[in-house]
Amino acid sequence: MTDPMAWLVLLPLGWASLAFLLGPGRGALAAIIGLAAQLWLVADLAAAVSAAGARTHAVGGWGAPLGIDLAADGLSVVMLLLMQAVALPLAVYARAYFAPEPDEARYFWPMTGFLVAAANALFLSADLFNLYVALELLGLAAVGLVAAGGGAPRLAAALRYLLATLVGSGAYLLGVAALYGTYGTVSIATLTPLLAAGQAPALVWIAGGAMLAGLAVKTALFPFHFWLPPAHGGAPAPVSALLSGLVVKASFYLILRLWLGPLGELASAAAGTAWLLALLGSVAILWGSYQAIRAAHLKMLIAYSTVAQLGYLFLIFPLLAVPSAAQAGVMHVFAHGFAKAAMFAAAGALIRATGQDTVAGLAGLAERLPLTLFAFGLAGLTLMGLPPSAGFLAKWQLIEAALAQGYWFVAVVVLAGGLLAAFYVLRVLRQAFLSAPAAGALRPVPRTLEWTAFALAAASVLLGFRGVDLLALLAAGGAP
Amino acid sequence: MTANELLPLAVLASSLVPGLVIFTLPEAWVGTRSALNLFGALAKLALVGVLLAGVNEGQDYAVRYEALPGLDIAFKADGLGLLFVTLSALLWLLTTLYAIGYLERSPRRSRFFGFFSICVTATMGIAMAGNLFTFFVFYELLTLSTFPLVVHRGTEQAMKAGTLYLAYTLAGGTVLLTGIVWLHHLLGHTEFAHGGIVAALGPQAAGQLKVIFVLLIAGLAVKAALVPLHGWLPRAMVAPAPVSALLHAVAVVKAGAFGIIRIVYEIYGIELAQSLELLTPLAVVAAATILWGSLRALFQDDLKRRLAFSTVSQVAYIVLGVTLFGPVGTVGGLVHLVHQGIMKVTLFFCAGNFAETLGIHKVSETDGAGRRMPLSAAAFSIAALGMMGAPLTAGAISKAWLIDGAHAAGMDWAAWVLWTSSLLNAAYFLPILGRLWLRRAPAAWPEERIARRGWRETAWLLLLPPLATAAATLAAGIFSQVELSPLDWARLIAEREYPPPAAE
Repeated sequence: MTDPMAWLVLLPLGWASLAFLLGPGRGALAAIIGLAAQLWLVADLAAAVSAAGARTHAVGGWGAPLGIDLAADGLSVVMLLLMQAVALPLAVYARAYFAPEPDEARYFWPMTGFLVAAANALFLSADLFNLYVALELLGLAAVGLVAAGGGAPRLAAALRYLLATLVGSGAYLLGVAALYGTYGTVSIATLTPLLAAGQAPALVWIAGGAMLAGLAVKTALFPFHFWLPPAHGGAPAPVSALLSGLVVKASFYLILRLWLGPLGELASAAAGTAWLLALLGSVAILWGSYQAIRAAHLKMLIAYSTVAQLGYLFLIFPLLAVPSAAQAGVMHVFAHGFAKAAMFAAAGALIRATGQDTVAGLAGLAERLPLTLFAFGLAGLTLMGLPPSAGFLAKWQLIEAALAQGYWFVAVVVLAGGLLAAFYVLRVLRQAFLSAPAAGALRPVPRTLEWTAFALAAASVLLGFRGVDLLALLAAGGAP
Repeated sequence: MTANELLPLAVLASSLVPGLVIFTLPEAWVGTRSALNLFGALAKLALVGVLLAGVNEGQDYAVRYEALPGLDIAFKADGLGLLFVTLSALLWLLTTLYAIGYLERSPRRSRFFGFFSICVTATMGIAMAGNLFTFFVFYELLTLSTFPLVVHRGTEQAMKAGTLYLAYTLAGGTVLLTGIVWLHHLLGHTEFAHGGIVAALGPQAAGQLKVIFVLLIAGLAVKAALVPLHGWLPRAMVAPAPVSALLHAVAVVKAGAFGIIRIVYEIYGIELAQSLELLTPLAVVAAATILWGSLRALFQDDLKRRLAFSTVSQVAYIVLGVTLFGPVGTVGGLVHLVHQGIMKVTLFFCAGNFAETLGIHKVSETDGAGRRMPLSAAAFSIAALGMMGAPLTAGAISKAWLIDGAHAAGMDWAAWVLWTSSLLNAAYFLPILGRLWLRRAPAAWPEERIARRGWRETAWLLLLPPLATAAATLAAGIFSQVELSPLDWARLIAEREYPPPAAE
C-alpha cells in the first residue's frame, strides 16, 4: 500500500472519521494536515506520471476484473491537483469561518472528508461501476453539506439537490447496467475497443444517452441547472465554494472521460449530440449571466455565474477534432475552480462583515475590506477571461479552436459571454467602490478569511503564467 | 538571463513592485509611500536612459516567455517602443509629483497610488510588447487598472463615468481580441516586425485581412477616442486631475494611438495597407475626429470637458499622420505622439491648479486668473499656443510635418483639415487666454483653498510639473533639430519603416 493513488482515497476517509470523533475544533486541524499531505501525494503522483506515463494500481494486489484497479493519466492527475489545491486553502478558510459557531461545523469536516475521498476515487477509477459508486458518494456528501446548516430554505434546497443528484446518478447507473448487459464488462479499457469495433446495438445508444443525460443533470447544464442556484447560493460560504468550484467539475470530468474514451465512437456517429451540448452550453452562458446580472443577492449572483461558466465547458464538444479544444476545457475547469472558490470565499467574508447578503448592501466596502474586494476583482478577472488569467488562456484556445474549424458561432458566444461576465462582476465592484453612505459598523472579519480568498484568486490569475506546464501534465501519460 | 533580457523586465518591475508594496501601506505612511513612488519613477527613468543609449548603438533588448504552446509573451525595446516608453516614464515622474501634491490629505491614497503604478506598468508593457498577444495582455490590464482611478472619488457621477469607460473599453477589447485571434489563427504568430508580417499570406487573404484590419482598428479606436467611439473620454473628466493627465497624455488614449501605429507599420506594413486601400478610410475617420472634436470643444464651458474634446481632436492628428503614405507624414504622426502628451499634460495640470487653488472649473470663471496665478496661467498659455501650432512650440513642429506629409502623399484635403483645425483650436483656446490675462478678476474666487505665499501662487508640488512640461513644450519646438529630440527620434524610426528607395 505504498502507492499514492490508494492513499489519496484512504487519507480523506481517515481524517473524515477522525474529525467526526474529535469534533470541529481538532477535526479541522486533522483535515488541514490531511489535505496538505494529499497535496504532497498528488505532486508525487504528478511527477511519476510525467516521468513514466499513465499508471494503474491493483488495490490489495487483486487486479481487474476481480479486484479494483486505480488508474491515473494526465487528465486524472490534473483533476486531482485541482481538487487538493483548492480544498486545502478552503479548509483553512472554513476553520476560521466556523470558529465562532462550532455547531454549524459539526458535520462540515466529516462530510468534506467523504466528499474529497469520493472525488479522488472518481478521478482514479478505471471502471464504470466504481465511477458510479464514487459519483453517488460525492453527490450524497454534497447534499449533506448543504443540509448540515439546517433551516427551512436550506433543507428545501438540499432536497432539490438530492433529487437532481439521485436522478442524475440513477440515469448513469441505468446506462452502466445496459452496457454491462451488452458487453459483460464495465472496465473502461476493455469497453473502449469493443464499442469502437462494430455497429453498436440500440441498447448501447440508449445507454450512452442515459449516461450523458444523467451526468448533464449533475453538471447543471441548462435546462437542468434548476437545483444549483438555491443549493450553492444558500449554503454557508465554504460549502458553496467547494460545490461550485470543485464538485460540479467531477461530473464534467466523467463526461469528458467517457466522450474521449468508450463513448467516442457513438459521439462521432451522432455529431448532432455534440452540437446539442454546445447549444445548451451557449444558452447556459446567456441565461446564467442574465440571471446573475439581475440577482439581488450576492451569493445568488455568484451561483448563477457558475451556471454560465459551466456552459463554456460544453462548447468544446463539437470542436474536439483539434487538441486545443479539450485543453481549453480542462484549462477552464482549472481557472474556474480557483476563481469560483475565491469568489465565494470573498463573498463569505463580505457577508460576515455586513451581516447581510444583498449586492446593494456592499456600498463602500472597497475602502473597509480592500483585500477581499481585490480578491473578488481578481477572481472576476478570471471569469471575464481577461489576461493574464488562466481563464484568458482557456478563452483564447477555445476561440482559436472554433476559428480553426470555421465555427464562428462558438467564438461569438465565448466573446459575448466574457462581456456578460464583466457586467455582473462590475455590478458588485461598482457598488463596493461607492463612497459609503454612513453605513453601520462592520463586524470584524478574521484576516484568514481575507487572505485565503485572496490566495485562491491570485492563483487563478497567476496560473495563466503556468499554462504550458498544466498542458504538459495533461498530455503526460498519453491522456485522451 | 542576460542583461539585455533583464532590462525590459526591470523597466516593468520598477513601477509594478512599488505599486504592489504601496497597496499594503497604511494610509498615514505618506513619507514611505511618496519615497517609493519617486524611487520607482526615478529608477524607471534611469533604466529607460540605459535602454535609449543601447538602442541608439544598435543593441537588441528582447525577452520571451511561453504562455501556451506557440503563444509567447514577448517584450522588445525598439525605437518606436522607446518613443512611447520615454514619454510615459518622464510624464509619470511629473504626474506622480503632481498627484502627491494634489491628493494631500485626501482619503484612499494607498489605493490610488497602487493602481496608478499598475497603470504605468501596463503602459510600459504596451510600449515594449513584441507581439500583438502581449500588447493585448497589457492593453486590458490598462483598462482594468484605470477603472479604480476614474471612480476614485466614489460619487454617483464618477461611477457613471467609470461604468461608461469600462463599457466602451471592454467592448473595444473584445473586438480587438477577435481580430488578434483571427490573425494568429491565419499566421500562427503576431510578432511586430518592420514592414509588416501579413504579406506572407498572399493576395488570396486580402478579404479576410481587410475585415481583421477593421476589427483591430475599431478595438483600438475606442481608447484612441476616434469618432464615433469617443463618448467615454469627455465623461471621464470627473476623475481627479492627475488621472485626467494619465488618461489624456501618459497612458490611455496614447495606448490606442500607439496600437494603431503598430498595426499599420508592423503588422500590415504601410505598403500593404496602402495597396489594400485601408489607409484612406482611416484617414477620413481621423479627419472627421479632428474636426468634430474641435467643434465640440468650442461649445464646452467646463474647462476639463473642453480639454477633453481637444484631446479627441489632437490624438486623431497622430492617426492622420500614420495614414499619410510617406515618411514625412509618419514623422509628423510619431512626433505628435510625444508633443501632444507634453502639451496636454500641461493643460490638465494647470486646469487642476485652477480648480484646487481657486475652485475654478468653468471657462467663464477664469476671468483674471492670470493675475492671481501667473505661472500656471503662463504654462497653460504656452501649451494652448502649442496646440494651435504657434511658432517656437512643439505643436508647430508637429503641424508643419503633418501638413508637409499630407501634400507629399497627395492628400491636399488632409492639409486643409489641419488648417481648419488650427483655426478651431484658436477659436476655443484664445478666449480662455483672453479671459486669463485681459479680464478683471472677480471680487472673490469660487472657492479659494490654497493661499498665495510670495511668488508661490499654489502648492509647489502643483506648480513645478506644469512649469517643467511647459518648458519642454518650448524646448521640443526650439531645439527640434538636436540629437535625441523627439523629432530626431521620430525621423530615425521613419527611416527604418521606409527604406531609402521609398523615401523622397
